[in-house]
Amino acid sequence: MSTPLLETENLSIAFGGVKAVDGVSLKVQPRRIHSIIGPNGAGKTTLFNLISGLYQPSSGRVRLAGEDVTGLPPDALARRGLSRSFQNLQIFFRMSALDNVMVGRHRHEKTSLLSHVFALPSVRRENARSREMAMELLARVGLADVAEKEAGSLSYGALKRLEIARALATEPRILLLDEPAAGCNAIETEEIDRVIQSVAQSGIAVLLVEHDMRLVMRISDEIHVLERGRTLVAGTPAEVRDDSRVIAAYLGTFGSQEANRAEANRA
Amino acid sequence: MARLLSSRWAIVLGLGLVLAILPFLFPSNYYFRVAAIVNIFALAAVGLNLLMGYAGQVSLGHAGFMGLGAYSVAIGATHFGLHGLAAAGLGAVLSAVVAFLVGRPILRLKGHYLAVATLGFGLLIAMALTNEASWTGGPDGMGVPRLEVFGTRLRGPDTWYYISAVMLLIGVILALNLIESPTGRAMRAIHDSEIASRVAGIDVASYKLKIFVVSAVYASIAGSLLAFLNGHITPDGTAGFLRSVELVTMVVLGGMGSVIGAITGAAVLVILPQALTIFHDYEHLMLGLMIMASMILLPRGIIPSLLARMRGGKS
Amino acid sequence: MPELLQFAFSGLTVGAVYALVALGFTLIYNASDVVNFAQGEFVMLGGMATVFLHLAGVPLPLAAALAILITVGAGLALYAFAIDPARGSSAVTIIIITIGASIFLRGVAQVIFDKRFHALPHWFGSEPIRIGGAAILPQSLVVLFGAGLIVALIFLIIDRTLLGRAILATAANRLAARLVGIPVRKIVALSFALSAAIGAVAGILVTPITLTSYDVGTLLALKGFAAAMLGGMGSAVGAVVGGLLLGLAESFGAGLISSKYKDAIAFLIILGVLFVRPQGLFGKKNVERV
Repeated sequence: MSTPLLETENLSIAFGGVKAVDGVSLKVQPRRIHSIIGPNGAGKTTLFNLISGLYQPSSGRVRLAGEDVTGLPPDALARRGLSRSFQNLQIFFRMSALDNVMVGRHRHEKTSLLSHVFALPSVRRENARSREMAMELLARVGLADVAEKEAGSLSYGALKRLEIARALATEPRILLLDEPAAGCNAIETEEIDRVIQSVAQSGIAVLLVEHDMRLVMRISDEIHVLERGRTLVAGTPAEVRDDSRVIAAYLGTFGSQEANRAEANRA
Repeated sequence: MARLLSSRWAIVLGLGLVLAILPFLFPSNYYFRVAAIVNIFALAAVGLNLLMGYAGQVSLGHAGFMGLGAYSVAIGATHFGLHGLAAAGLGAVLSAVVAFLVGRPILRLKGHYLAVATLGFGLLIAMALTNEASWTGGPDGMGVPRLEVFGTRLRGPDTWYYISAVMLLIGVILALNLIESPTGRAMRAIHDSEIASRVAGIDVASYKLKIFVVSAVYASIAGSLLAFLNGHITPDGTAGFLRSVELVTMVVLGGMGSVIGAITGAAVLVILPQALTIFHDYEHLMLGLMIMASMILLPRGIIPSLLARMRGGKS
Repeated sequence: MPELLQFAFSGLTVGAVYALVALGFTLIYNASDVVNFAQGEFVMLGGMATVFLHLAGVPLPLAAALAILITVGAGLALYAFAIDPARGSSAVTIIIITIGASIFLRGVAQVIFDKRFHALPHWFGSEPIRIGGAAILPQSLVVLFGAGLIVALIFLIIDRTLLGRAILATAANRLAARLVGIPVRKIVALSFALSAAIGAVAGILVTPITLTSYDVGTLLALKGFAAAMLGGMGSAVGAVVGGLLLGLAESFGAGLISSKYKDAIAFLIILGVLFVRPQGLFGKKNVERV
């Protein structure tokens, strides 16, 4: 197999002696959807923060298309083609939906500060191009009609999709999505499902954290189960579904609706 | 109306009209002088507003850059025989370089740490201007030779009113250009969420620094204009702590993130003390009261509050 | 050698005042997260009010007591009319409000008092005491002793009384403190009163040596802030140590290098601390969470 687009090797971080992520190794290939599941507090979001450069790992490496990017800040990673969404939304609330997505075009905008100050024609062309691409992305996630609205006035489900559109605007090679369907109704979840699949088909690698097991089982190529910061099981949805340790972990630790959903999916 | 007030060309056109009409209403040179001072502080406030209102960074030492601009003109002409315009240009470059060097470490700070660090920086400049008396004339200040362009000496307040009005207009146009550009989007993004900005690929530190430099250049040019207008400058009058506080108050009072707001804030803060000169001894008292009252009663600032009311009235 | 001893003594004297200003800062900061730039004006008010009451014929001890009361009144008014109404505003807004208050108090002092420098009589005469070749003013000892007493008193209050527990609880977590029935706003108001009193005492103690005028506050506030940051924002021990260290640094800097930029030392220290060890000497490091 070719070099994976994203590879973590024994990635670990400790907060005050507690290992939140402990020796996680995973590989994500282009065009593949790789999901991370696990009970609350298993370290899923922490793992995302490590991969996207918001946290510095205590040990281990992160490689992006073979390049060691361990410890690089998020903006440097973004410029190398890694983008993400957030579980608890990081939206530019006082900007319009369109401007939110246009910010995602940032790494492709090459005009200089001086040309901005003097509003040179090149800036106008670039603005127009960014706007056009942002509009396309908004249409793709079903938000075209609220493009000019202030982001702060949009519904939760719309903001979730807005974040995905902004992440896509960076034209990432790998997209990290942290619970994109959380708090969304069935229709919105379906829409997000469709978007994720089309993203993967366009050649982007997707790393997904999601609690909606039906969604995960349906769209994932590979699933990575975390428990207390460690890898419990990794494999195809079918393998993970039938693994007794996963069932034990899910039923044993919290027996929640997720486990029930996983059960339902088995049947 | 609300839409009009926030559209770019409407702002420029409206401001240009006001600046052109005002002279017909001025009964005396005194009015030209006060209006010129308003223009000059408005220019500095428009620059500071880019930093505070758009990039979300406070600077309590911005008068330091006004001081650099003012003293560049005075020292350049007096000690080096430079032409005033060249000296003003050099002052702007000097301010940009100083802002670049100081901004890199300072802008890593947040909240009150940033406030105190910038405040300390401004005081250091004022202190240097006061202490290096052989260059600056010390606390009593120094004279500024009149600017001469094409053999004409620029002196009367009316002349400087027109010059400062044109400079303000240019400053506003360039600021609006910047706000509408990718840099402007990046600044607003940083203001709303630094984390999301970084994940979107924005080098947050580098943008804060760029805007700090731009706003320093605005302040420096305003300082040079003030020196030309007044013909005499002092460390406290250009670079002092109170000046820095006034600049910040102009931006916040007018409304952070509003170019028209910055100009309005400058007008209020320059004109009101003039109107209250009878209370000369009460100057500090009034200034302090004004600052507190505006922060408490109009935390969003005059122009945004006004816009919100208009929008509210419409719907 | 005698010179160094001399620098050390004058450094400690000034440092004791910075320590008191920093302690006042810390009390308010802990109770409310407010960085109070009007802290220096408390010192000014304490000194100036004593001077003018004394000039009006009030005996010095009574004048000092009244000056403390007046300053406490100013502190409470600052909280009630400027800080409390702006609850929930951004850090920058609150800073600007306290700067406004500082300018306002300065303006009031300039109107009620005047714009000249004033001194108070030394408590035990101005004949220097000679120790190891250095000359020490008896008033310096008064400042050091008085500051020590106040610091001890504050620590005792915080450590030993129910009030102190309430202050600590408020500092640790305002919401939780409110939930367990601590009257948080009263505690914050009290912290303003207490820090005003500390500032006033500092002003009264040091005015015989350094003189006072309506505009000494700004620089004092900044130096107090520098001291608090050096010690670590929020740490009372840090505030005291930071104040003394800053005083010593200024005194030795002025003595050994140049007195021209003595006031710059505080800012260099602020900048140095911010870049090398932002949490200060005694502060705890925060972990930024996403």
